[in-house]
Amino acid sequence: MSPVVPPPAVALGVLLPVLVVLAAAAVVLVLDVLPPRDSKAHLGGVALAGIIGALLAIVMRWGTDARAFRDMVLLDTYALYFDLVICYAAALIVMFSMDYLGRTGSESGEYYSLLLFSTAGMMLMASAGDLIVVFLALELMSLSLYVLAGFFKQRLTSGEASMKYFLLGAFASSFLLYGIALIYGATGSTNLDRIAAAAATRNAEPMVLIGLAMMLVGFGFKISSVPFHMWAPDVYEGAPTSVTAFIATGSKAAAFAAMIRVLVVALRGAQPDWSALLWALAALTMTVGNVVALAQSNLKRLLAYSSIAHVGYMLMGLVAGGGPGPGAVLFYLLAYTFTTVGAFGAIALCARAGEEAVEVSDYAGLARRHPVLAAALALFFLSLIGIPPLAGFVAKFYLFGAAVRAGYIWLTVIAVLNSAVAAYYYLRVIVYMYMREPDGEPVAVAPSLAGGLALTLAVAGIVILGLMPAPFADLAQVAVAPLLR
Amino acid sequence: MSIGLLTAVTFLPALGALALTAVPRRLVEAHRAAGLGVTLLTLAVSLPLWFRFDGDSADMQFEELHRWLPSLGAGYHVGIDGISLLLVLLTTFLTPLALASAWHAIEDRTKEFVITMLLLETGMLGVFVSLDLFLFFVFWEAMLIPMYLVIGVWGGGNRIYAAVKFVLYTMVGSALMLVAILALYYQHGAATGIYTFDLTTLVRWVMPPGAGQSLMFLAFALAFAIKVPLFPFHTWLPDAHVEAPTAGSVILAGVLLKMGTYGFLRFCLPLFPDASVAFAPLVFALAVIGIVYGAFVSTVQPDLKKLVAYSSVSHLGFVMLGLFTLNQQGVVGGVIQMINHGLSTGALFLMVGMIYERRHTRLIADFGGLWKVVPAFSGMFLVVTLSSVGLPGLNGFVGEFLVLVGAFQVSGVLAAVATTGIIFAAVYLLWMYQRVAFGEIAHEENRRLSDLTPREWAVLVPVLVFIVWIGVYPSVFTGKTEATIAALLAQVESKAAVALVR
Repeated sequence: MSPVVPPPAVALGVLLPVLVVLAAAAVVLVLDVLPPRDSKAHLGGVALAGIIGALLAIVMRWGTDARAFRDMVLLDTYALYFDLVICYAAALIVMFSMDYLGRTGSESGEYYSLLLFSTAGMMLMASAGDLIVVFLALELMSLSLYVLAGFFKQRLTSGEASMKYFLLGAFASSFLLYGIALIYGATGSTNLDRIAAAAATRNAEPMVLIGLAMMLVGFGFKISSVPFHMWAPDVYEGAPTSVTAFIATGSKAAAFAAMIRVLVVALRGAQPDWSALLWALAALTMTVGNVVALAQSNLKRLLAYSSIAHVGYMLMGLVAGGGPGPGAVLFYLLAYTFTTVGAFGAIALCARAGEEAVEVSDYAGLARRHPVLAAALALFFLSLIGIPPLAGFVAKFYLFGAAVRAGYIWLTVIAVLNSAVAAYYYLRVIVYMYMREPDGEPVAVAPSLAGGLALTLAVAGIVILGLMPAPFADLAQVAVAPLLR
Repeated sequence: MSIGLLTAVTFLPALGALALTAVPRRLVEAHRAAGLGVTLLTLAVSLPLWFRFDGDSADMQFEELHRWLPSLGAGYHVGIDGISLLLVLLTTFLTPLALASAWHAIEDRTKEFVITMLLLETGMLGVFVSLDLFLFFVFWEAMLIPMYLVIGVWGGGNRIYAAVKFVLYTMVGSALMLVAILALYYQHGAATGIYTFDLTTLVRWVMPPGAGQSLMFLAFALAFAIKVPLFPFHTWLPDAHVEAPTAGSVILAGVLLKMGTYGFLRFCLPLFPDASVAFAPLVFALAVIGIVYGAFVSTVQPDLKKLVAYSSVSHLGFVMLGLFTLNQQGVVGGVIQMINHGLSTGALFLMVGMIYERRHTRLIADFGGLWKVVPAFSGMFLVVTLSSVGLPGLNGFVGEFLVLVGAFQVSGVLAAVATTGIIFAAVYLLWMYQRVAFGEIAHEENRRLSDLTPREWAVLVPVLVFIVWIGVYPSVFTGKTEATIAALLAQVESKAAVALVR
């Protein structure tokens, strides 16, 4: 006789934000086959409406702490915070895409529905209370992104990006799965809370530690930390710029969401072990990212390495631990998302001689012809450097503060010196925009309503976060509270 | 929430910059006039600071405190004492002059130039009025970018190299300062239970001496030493000065360098008294090396602007010498010398810019005999040069004299070496002047030079008034700052003594 397992109660409320996004994806798919066949611009509007609906659902659920499906899905403030970040990124990217895809002539229903599916996967990752859900959500997100990376079917680089992302991503997923299996073997559960309870007594067990290491490989790939970052520059370069923006922000935020929850909740007993490991990873990631970025002439590759470096900074917050550490990471992710989506979005708006303007030298003299766009792009880069009073500075300040507070002075010294190095390659872009003249045809910008609005929102975001960070930083602290119970 | 005088002074330029973004680009003259108008208005608004400032009190005055980041313990706290008062006024005084000097020099992207200069002024004022480490750091970093743009966009041939070098040097220094600020914050919090970036609270705490204090001092000192620039961190300065447009050089020499020396006074001395005392001999020695080295290198410069730039290294060496005597005369001399250098070197750069606009060269060898062609210019140039030399009766003498009086009490030998700096200053400046103004007119182009225009008179006369005023009657200026400095030195002494007893 097998024990009778009662079916879990269906609690759709907990899934509400995700469901709204999925419903929008389904609507987009249906509308795609309906007339008008020649114009797909309205599908972007539907996708945007879906994301805004999800944002409303998030706001509606704020403050409730719900769990369902035998604790497999959690909708606590932590998950809601990440849902906000992810939906915000997705909304901006949809707006940029409406402009970008229209110009490259590849607007289609699949694009928006895949974008929404991956958004749903990301949101689910933030809500995962069980390792199985972590894996499923990760796959939902990743598979959609693999396809999106290869969306420019005629472009060789796009295909290469998709293939590379898929092969290496699948490899990394198997590591994650193997790690999950080992943890399950050691603790007898895939539920995060139960793992924590079971592992409390036997942290030193090699099986737990090997499982932990395997999972870090899987997560390390998704957040592109060194030494699992090799795919990032090629994929970032080859993928459509709007998709690159989503890979760089949304998927990173989601991977961090799951990683922080797994480490801080399930493996809190092994904190000394993963903290030491992450110390080295953080130092390595930020240094490699910044140093290699110095040599990049392609703006998308440059931002790829810069995003690797930023992952290094964020890992510091995990090393620091406690409440302030992860809280600072959450705030950093918000600031980083605002900034990076804006930067990629601004790049997506620029074209040169019919091609995308992706070389740094393409941007020579941009400030003279398009002063507003150049100023916006300059602000994003200054925020990435960490110049006050922009979002990037305050985020770094909280993060470094958390690390110093926890006594990691030398890691902080490495990080601030890295920031100074990073200033060089970010400033190089500003040098081109403001201090050089173009040779040959200058960059053309065709600003659309959606693109302009998205740019305005992103700039407003980094300025508001920089000048009045207190409410958002408090929000991030509130968000990590559920993890620390 | 009422807006105080200091906030008004600080943010008026930024507000003007914001308003100017709405003015169409083609109205070039309107931008120039508006820029000058806003900076003059800022000057006017800042004047009550001088008249209402109580020089007998060592307290912070015109204080404003508003909540900003309560969870972090950082607030919007501004205020000025006798030291920052002078620097705030120096800033509001020099910025309109710089903008006026750039009237015809900046033809390209005038709108952006004016906006950048206005933002720069807000950044500089913010640094001098901040009484909160977080706020201070925000302004300190933020004002880098306008200066970077001024050098990089409107500078000379090698401007990009100079601009990037300027930013990277400063950023490396301030990066470590950020770590030190955070370390101080948590150490103070752990010791007292109050987590705050508020300077007035932090300075009341007596930090235990030791490696921690020394490291923090060094981190702050590196950031400030690069800015000063103290030998051997000065190599960005000649590049930045030579490439920057005249207006940029004036602000750079006049105000930006003072941020470094101000930082030593405002942060290093009161926060890390033991380390300051311990490292004083090192700073002292570097300052003396800078004085002599700067003078030597100036002597051999063929380029007027480079000569003035290296003379700054020498003059700022005097300021640092004065500050680290840690006695009343020395520090008062150092502070006055900060103002003097701002006026004299600012004026020198203005005049080099004027002659450059006429001849499009700055090489000393391209001039000669200017006295016969442009007597008014040459006369003015003579007064400014002599003020930089330190001729009694002009401002430079007062500062250098006080600094050396202070320095002799600390180390007779080093003070004697530093004194040679004054002699060398006479050598390189007077020799330069002789080659530019006297002799035969060797170049035909120089015969057609025009003398000072009314606009140029208007720029130079105010500076000249102060050059003479400080030289003849310095106590008006020292009077505002003496009480502050006495209190500061007493604080350093008592804290170092307390730490010694422990």
